[in-house]
Amino acid sequence: MAFIRVGPEDFDPAAEVVALQAEAGDAGAIATFLGIVRRGQDKPIEAMTLEHYPGMTERAIARMVAEAESRWPLSGCRVIHRTGRIPVGGRIVLVLTASRHRQAALEATSFLIDWLKVGAPFWKKEHPEAGEGRWVEARPADDAAAGRWH
Amino acid sequence: MKLQVLYFAWLRERIGLAEERVEPPQEVASVADLVGWLRSRGAGYAEALADPGRVRCAINQEFATLGAALAHGDEVAFFPPITGG
Repeated sequence: MAFIRVGPEDFDPAAEVVALQAEAGDAGAIATFLGIVRRGQDKPIEAMTLEHYPGMTERAIARMVAEAESRWPLSGCRVIHRTGRIPVGGRIVLVLTASRHRQAALEATSFLIDWLKVGAPFWKKEHPEAGEGRWVEARPADDAAAGRWH
Repeated sequence: MKLQVLYFAWLRERIGLAEERVEPPQEVASVADLVGWLRSRGAGYAEALADPGRVRCAINQEFATLGAALAHGDEVAFFPPITGG
């Protein structure tokens, strides 16, 4: 029953929250995570390109959502992850979960975004304001963030 | 044994291909064997696959280790560590 979408289309966070509220029945809480391309300070960028593995990426997300549903009493969930080139300020990812109470929704959202960063095949390439594009290196801190949910 | 091999991110750029069908020699039985054989196919392959510690793999869209066995018809993907979200 979760809604999962991976692709280049942008999304309207407010419309997605309203859609989830309609799907989720008697939910008392919807938690949201919205990821945005930031310019950065040391080496400012103008855009980011996200590549994925069609098929495997969607299945990996579906598995994470199933895991979240088994850990918390969720009444609905929407995960949207964009691909392709996204300019600074553009939306990358939206995770929404609905539950009867806030704790479950907040924790499940945190779990899902931590796992998305390390468990679903996406690769980011940064396009600096000056110079060649560069692939982002994986961060040990992201593995640690996902690891705390074991 | 015929395999469909996919490359993503900087591996795709260095090898210059997103996908190819290969038929490695019979002694290629594991992912590690395949990496070794691919490296011998050209400078781009050798560079992209030089450090197996920087490369991740999936067989038929499931994460796999270097020691995993290959079978005829497998879809094998090579990519860097994930940087999503």
